[in-house]
Parts: sequence; C-alpha cells; structure tokens
Amino acid sequence: MMKVKIHVTLRESVLDPQGTAVKSSLHAMNYHEVQDVRIGKYLEVMIEPSDRPVEEVVKEMCEKLLANTVIEDYEYEVEEAVTR
Amino acid sequence: MKFAVIVFPGSNCDIDMFHAIKDELGEEAEYVWHDAEDLSGYDGILLPGGFSYGDYLRSGSIARFSNVMKEVVKAAEEGKPVLGVCNGFQILLEAGLLPGAMLRNKELKFMCRTVGLVVENPNTMFTSAYSENQVIQIPIAHGEGNYYCDDAVYNELKENGRIVFTYEGLNPNGSLGNIAGITNAKGNVLGMMPHPERAVDALLGSADGLSLFQSIVKHWRDSNVITA
Amino acid sequence: MSLLLEPTAQNIKEEKLYREVGLSDEEFGMVESILGRLPNWTELGLFSVMWSEHCSYKNSKPLLKKFPVTGERVLQGPGEGAGIVDIGDGQAVAFKIESHNHPSAIEPYQGAATGVGGIIRDVFSMGARPIAILNSLRFGELDSARVRYLFEEVVAGIAGYGNCIGIPTVGGEIQFDASYDGNPLVNAMCVGLIDHKDIQKGQAKGVGNTVMYVGAKTGRDGIHGATFASEELSDSSDEKRPAVQVGDPFMEKLLLEACLELIKSDALIGIQDMGAAGLTSSSAEMASKAGSGIEMNLDLVPQRETGMTGYEMMLSESQERMLIVIEKGRENEIQELFHKYDLDAVAVGHVTDDQHLRLIHKGETIADVPVDALAEDAPVYHKPSTEPAYFREFKQMNNEEPEVENLEETLLALLKQPTIASKEWVYNQYDYQVRTNTVVTPGSDAAVLRIRGTEKALAMTTDCNSRYLYLDPETGGKIAVAEAARNIVCSGGVPLAITDCLNFGNPEKPEIFWQMEKSVDGMSEACNVLNAPVIGGNVSLYNETNGTAVYPTPVVGMVGLIENTKHITTQHFKDAGDLIYLIGDTETEFGGSELQKYVHGRIFGPSPALDLEKEKNHQANLLAAIHQGLVKSAHDLAEGGLAVALAESTFGTNGLGAEVDTEDSAVTALFSETQSRFIVSIDPQHKEAFEAVTGGKHIGQVTAQAALMIRNKGQLVVNRPVKDFEDSWRGAIACLLN
Repeated sequence: MMKVKIHVTLRESVLDPQGTAVKSSLHAMNYHEVQDVRIGKYLEVMIEPSDRPVEEVVKEMCEKLLANTVIEDYEYEVEEAVTR
Repeated sequence: MKFAVIVFPGSNCDIDMFHAIKDELGEEAEYVWHDAEDLSGYDGILLPGGFSYGDYLRSGSIARFSNVMKEVVKAAEEGKPVLGVCNGFQILLEAGLLPGAMLRNKELKFMCRTVGLVVENPNTMFTSAYSENQVIQIPIAHGEGNYYCDDAVYNELKENGRIVFTYEGLNPNGSLGNIAGITNAKGNVLGMMPHPERAVDALLGSADGLSLFQSIVKHWRDSNVITA
Repeated sequence: MSLLLEPTAQNIKEEKLYREVGLSDEEFGMVESILGRLPNWTELGLFSVMWSEHCSYKNSKPLLKKFPVTGERVLQGPGEGAGIVDIGDGQAVAFKIESHNHPSAIEPYQGAATGVGGIIRDVFSMGARPIAILNSLRFGELDSARVRYLFEEVVAGIAGYGNCIGIPTVGGEIQFDASYDGNPLVNAMCVGLIDHKDIQKGQAKGVGNTVMYVGAKTGRDGIHGATFASEELSDSSDEKRPAVQVGDPFMEKLLLEACLELIKSDALIGIQDMGAAGLTSSSAEMASKAGSGIEMNLDLVPQRETGMTGYEMMLSESQERMLIVIEKGRENEIQELFHKYDLDAVAVGHVTDDQHLRLIHKGETIADVPVDALAEDAPVYHKPSTEPAYFREFKQMNNEEPEVENLEETLLALLKQPTIASKEWVYNQYDYQVRTNTVVTPGSDAAVLRIRGTEKALAMTTDCNSRYLYLDPETGGKIAVAEAARNIVCSGGVPLAITDCLNFGNPEKPEIFWQMEKSVDGMSEACNVLNAPVIGGNVSLYNETNGTAVYPTPVVGMVGLIENTKHITTQHFKDAGDLIYLIGDTETEFGGSELQKYVHGRIFGPSPALDLEKEKNHQANLLAAIHQGLVKSAHDLAEGGLAVALAESTFGTNGLGAEVDTEDSAVTALFSETQSRFIVSIDPQHKEAFEAVTGGKHIGQVTAQAALMIRNKGQLVVNRPVKDFEDSWRGAIACLLN
C-alpha cells in the first residue's frame, strides 16, 4: 500500500481571496512578518500498486479530477505505507 | 420544444427549471437522472443549479464525470441549445464546454440577492428577445461565481461577443470583467451564474428571465421551419 | 478494540460514576429498582441520555401541560417529529422549532449547521417535504470579538447547510444582548408541506417486522450531546468539543429524497429521525409509542470508525441517520430504493412483543431494558419557584420617558442598533429563493411562500422580545405570541398554530423556574385567546455561562394561512398619496424598550402592558381590511416604536417618503413600545371603508419626496432624507463586524 500526499494550490497568477483574508487577520494580530498566505487543499490517497507506475496514476487523477489546472497547481509525494 | 432538465443527486434548482419551462414558458420538460445515456429525444438541455455532488472538492468537478455529461457534450456538438445556470455553469466549465474556471466569491460569502444584468450581446439564440444593453433583474445565489480566465481567453470572449451578460453596477463576486454569463464559440452553449428560472413570474419579483427561454424557443422554431 | 475500558456495574455504583453522565443518586436508585439489578455501563448510558432534560423534559413537563395543544385544524400535536395543521384540500403544514444552543457555543459553524439538519429531518420524518427554514438567533453585543466570531460562524453554518440541501432560509429574527455573551441561542425552525394521506408516525408496530438503519454511518461524534445540552456552559466547556457533530448536507439531501420516496411505499410501518440520543431515543421511543419492543444486533450497525462499543453506538449523535420499521420480508425493495441514492439501508433488528429494548453485540446481550422505562418513566420534577426580587422592584417603578435631546439623531441611532438594523448582511448569505415559492423575501414582517398549484400561501415568522420577558415573563410571554400573530396578520394571513422553543437558564434555581412558569402562563393565555394552539417544540435549559442566565427566551414560531395570494401584504409603502393610519393607542411605555437600552445602557421598570382582547380585535380588524382589499401596506410597531416602523416602511420603496403628524408627548409618540399597534397605508378612495372596519387614526401620507417628516403638535421634529436613515440602517451590522 502506498500513501500519496497531494497538495493542490491556486496558481500564483490567480488571486486567492481566502489567503488574502487570512493574511489580513494575521496582520491584525500583529504578525507583521507574514508576507503572503496561499490556501490550498491537502489530500491523502491510499493506493494499491498496479501494473501502471504509481506516478502515472497519480498524475492522471490530479489532471482529471483533483485539480482544475485552469486555476490550480498540484504537487505530490509518494510514501510507502505500513499495511494494516 | 422539449427540454431535458438534468438532475444530479445534489441538484436543487431542478424543480424551478422544470416549472419555469412547463408553467410559465408553456413548453415540454422532463427530468433526466444523471445516469441517462441518451438525450437524442430532447431539443434543449438545461443544467440546473445546486450542489451536484455536494461540491466538496470543487463545484461541478464530480458531476462532469457522470454518464449524462457525454450526452450533453454530444448535444452541444450537434448544435442544440445547452444552458447551464449557477452549478450548471460550473459543470460546463469543468467539462470544458466553456473556457475558464470559478473561484470563491471575493467576499468569501454565499451571496443571494437580485442583481441588474446588462445584456451585452442580444444576437445569440439565448438573448434575441432582449435589446442591446438592456438591464434585466435576475436573482443570484452562489458562493463560487468569481469567474476567472487568462488574458488570451478573455480577449477572445470579448472580441467575439461571447460575453453575453455582465453585472450592472457593483460586481457581487469579483468576476473578471464583471462577467455573469458566456457562450461557447458556436454560440449554442450558455453558462451563467444568475438564475433566469427564478425570474419568470412577477409574483416572485421579476419576470425578466422569461425572455431568455422565449429566445431559445424562437430560435428552435425558426431553425425547424428552415429545415422542414 | 475498545478505546475505553468500561466500568463494571459494581464500579458504577460504588464510585458513583452515574453522576458523571448526569444521573442523580435518586435517579440511579430508580434505575436499579426498575431493572431489579444494577445497570451495566451500556444500560446506564441509555438511561442517562433518555432521562436528560433534552429528551425527557423532566423539569419542564408540568409546565408544558399548560399549553393548549388541540384545535379543529390540528392533525398532529406535540410528541412526534413535528406538529401538523390542516390547511384544507387534503393538504397540511408540518413544522417545528428546535434549539442547538450548546453545540453552537462550542463550535458555531457545525453547531448551527447540524441544528438545521436535525430540524429538517424532524419534518421529513413525518412524511412532509420541507419548504422553508427560519432561524431565531440571540447573541451578545457585537463589540466583543468572540461574539462576532460566533455570529459570523453561526450564520455561515446555517447558510452552508440550508443552501446546499436546497431548502430556502426565508426568515427569523436576531437580537443582541449582553445576557447572551457566552451562551448564544440558535433555534432552527423548519416548515414542510404534506398531503394528509402521507402522514407518518414513529411507531414500531407488528411483532417480527424489520428494523432498518438508513443513512450515514455511525461514528463517535456527538456522544452525550443530549446530556451536554442539559448542563450549564463553563469556561471548561471547550474541552467537550468532541461532543459536537459534523453535518453533511449533501448526505441529508439524498436521505431526504430517499425518505420521501419511501413514504409512498406501503412496506413502511414507522420512521423516526436519529436526533438527540441517536439510536437510543429513536428505537426506545418508536417501541414505546407502539407498545412493542425492539431487539437489535449492533454488529450490523454501519460504522465509520473501528472498535466502537455498544455504548458508543447507542449514544452517538452522528448526523443524517434515520431508523425505520418495515414489513418483514420486504427488505430488498427498501434496500434498492436507498441504493439508488447511494445510501446504506441495513436490517439491524426486529420488533418484539416484550416491550424491552434488547441489544446484542458480538454475541452477547449488552442491554435489556423496558422501553417505557426509557421513554416514559423518567422522573418528573416540580421545581421550587420563587418570584425574584428584581421583578418586584421593576413592577413598582413608574413608566418614565427617557430623556432625549434630539429626536432625529435618536431615530438615526436607534436604526443602527443591531437588533433593529437591517439583517441583510445575514440573509444575503442564505438562499431564500430556491424552489421559487418565496413571495415575500426576508426583511418584511413575515416570510410568505406560495403553495404551487393552489391560490394559497403560507406566512411564517419567529418572535420573542426577551427584554420584556426578563422584566415581566408573564406579560412578555403573551407579547411573544401576540407579536408573532401580528406579523402573520400584517402579511395577510390567519394564524394557524405555533411551535415554541423554551430557552431558559438553570431550572434548579427557583428564580429561573419562576421565569419559566410565568412565561408559559402568559404564552398559554395568548395562544388560547388568539386561537393558536401549540403543536410542538423543544425546551433548552441550562443556558448559563459561569452562573449567569440568558434572558428568558421562549421563542415562538408561527405559521399562518393566506387563502389567496391576492391578500399578501408587505410593510413597504407603495404609492405617493396613500394615506397612513395608526391602529391602536399609544401610552408611555419604555420598560425594556430599545430607547431605554440606548439611553440608559440597561433595561428596567415594567414591561409594556398587553390587553389580549384588544390585541385580538386590532388583528381581526386589520385582517378584515386586508381581505376586503383596502390595505396597501401593513407593519406592526415593535422595537423603537412608531418612528422606527415608519422609517422601515419607507426603506426599499425607491423614492417614497412619509409625512406624519403626532400628538402625545414627542418621545412617547415616536419611540414608545406600546403593544397592539400597526401602521397601515391605504389608497385615499378607501378612507371611509377602512376607518369603518378598523377605527384606525389617519396620521399622514406617503409622499413622492423621499424624506421622512414627523411633526409633533405642529412642530417639525424629524425632517431628513430617507436615504440617510436607510444607509445607517442597512450598513450598521456590516459596519459593526469590520
């Protein structure tokens, strides 16, 4: 069993209203160190190995469903998970 | 004219759409469940608002993979009128029938109220009963209606009259260029955030949306006369 | 693997562990004698939730008996998921209000969202299609960051759930007062429409019939929610956070559609929501109502987490679940029905004849308890009641006018008070139009929905001015019912019935119990006179934070019938030249008024008086005038008195104003909160007819100039563009939040 950790974030060119709101809250709390906040999604997908390379499968899922590449970027890492 | 009202498990404006067609427009309408595999018997396709599959990942992202969407794509290719309202618009974007994507409203809140829409292009099969720059009153109700596309797409939409409706005055969601509704290049697929089906009866505040449906019917009658 | 090692029966008794789950020493003794043995941990759990105030009404039952609960239109009174009232032509309206105060204080978004989800299930479990949601909300003052957080998240939670499931949130009310600082009130009401023939009951009839579990899987969320709702909040309440459930409106939408399809099946015997106390209350109550028993195998319960114990499964308050009883042998067709909606439907047990609830888990009987002991035999307490000293003091005070220097500036200031100010910041987040039946949208006296396919419409409202109730609970209780009826009448409807949500502090304090007693007395009297029986509701006690109780807040939810959509009336002025009338006399009454609070920063003195006969007459007269087509707008006078009501009637009219003359002392004329009053505008041609029907007093006219002009004894005391008032009123809440 493989654990795939996927991060989906808005593309840099796209305004992130949620991130902007959190940034101003942090500023209001006097965290002036904060330069920027981007909010995204984190997904954990458990994958059973198949005859296709896991990277290929993950990439396809991201492109098709998990991210909308018009506005979002994605990154992932594959972890070997302990079988239960 | 016979319309299909596509119903996903979380559609909730399906009934409104159905009654707008049947009771106010006086045309035929049928509910079509999302696993349907044939839309050839319908003259127009309506994708109503709602939360198709709970919309937890992204609005419309899962609906796009349902069986019926293959048929919707086919209907669009055949030139049949396809109208997606609110969640229906989001599904059309996710399915690639229209360009661009939806972001959360700029104020991060769901917004329900009646807004003024400017008819930017009255020369479409959806807007022929309106006049250019006419302002119509149509309700909106959405949390993700902040339309986004890149500059190239925007210019292409703008130059080809594909921006059909824009918000008058205050932009309620932050959409690019005040966009409220756009069509595909062929002009037979319209996606819009405001709800014309909620504005078909003066008792509920506005009947300005009825002309949109009447335009569709007129187009269908005219083209059927030609082919007949 | 169990997460906790369950104590033995002996341990429970010796270490008095029952106290931790809310049972007293006496109550534990009763359990022991009912069973004739010591209860085990699972059985103790069953009793603790079923005997909590939230489920058993043990502290409020003697009071609830005072309510009138019958009437010629009442098809279903209190005791089922929701009450039902006949509206003619084989149709009926089902409605109920319920609190979700404690969960909302801890986790406001989910607390409010699941409150909405729960009340919707109550309504569709009766077989009714939910058509509208209303919310009655109370918060502390918005100058506190915590209160602003609670307020914003509660609103977002209501919006998140209601918008997704596609039931319009059409109305309600919101008040702000320091007494709710740490303990907000979140009461959700749902209204549904049903054909008489589809009315369902939550009964487990017919020995051998199958008990099925449908909907979402069971997790550990919400364990002891019902007990939690029956305790005071304290600073350590945040630690109880796991008790708060998480809602899934998409799941509920599927469950709703599946259940409404199920209602049409003759295989269905009984259906009940798994609300507070989840599987325990639904099974025990359904068996008890039918005089039967239920045996369930908990191994079969769909579970979201691993290693759940019987105790946990029985007490879980996971959302979006229902328990149904169906005819034996027809399990497959029911499963197919639910599978179409991607829902679980699992046979978990059967109906027995021994009137016991018997639970099997991993081959062992882990509980065997008489169902009536759980559902019916909870102790009933007649708590001591003492008239509080503050009440005597207030009652003896005279009604005095607060000092006002500038009437116009004061009106502007009152319009900005959050209790009076426009709530559009709130309701613009709610989809109030979905299903396209909402004729009168939020912001008028009552919301109005047409009934498709008929000429009828329903008016609905929630009301309760808790400041009056604090000063004088009996009079305040009457006013709460009367005000709800006024709002219905102003919209053109006849009050049908009410549902109530009794929010009070700790009933073990005699002063609090006295408030409950008096409020119920007042409400009952008003319900009798105004012919609006109580068809259901909910009690929420222990609304206290660190020992301070909220104001007594028995929220009244009322539904009225409008026979013809032509009668639908709103508060907004319609045309210049129309005459403005005031129905009802004005006295100097400022106890608990918005002006008093604004000027003095606190409330005191006697509450406004209420003469129920006068109230009834004024309402009947106004309704007669509306039905005769004489009325263009009608608005009841509430917080802020005549001046505020006049201003509100000019808002949203696109350029109309008003010009009005008053006589009494100016402060009283403009701001007194004397009850049983209305302002009405009419076409001048109906002057004689209107006066003959209502005896109203002509005080001015609607003007084409968008200004509000009020004269007092000939002198102009308010003269300003409507826009100034309207901008202050519309922007106030958004302004306080930023």
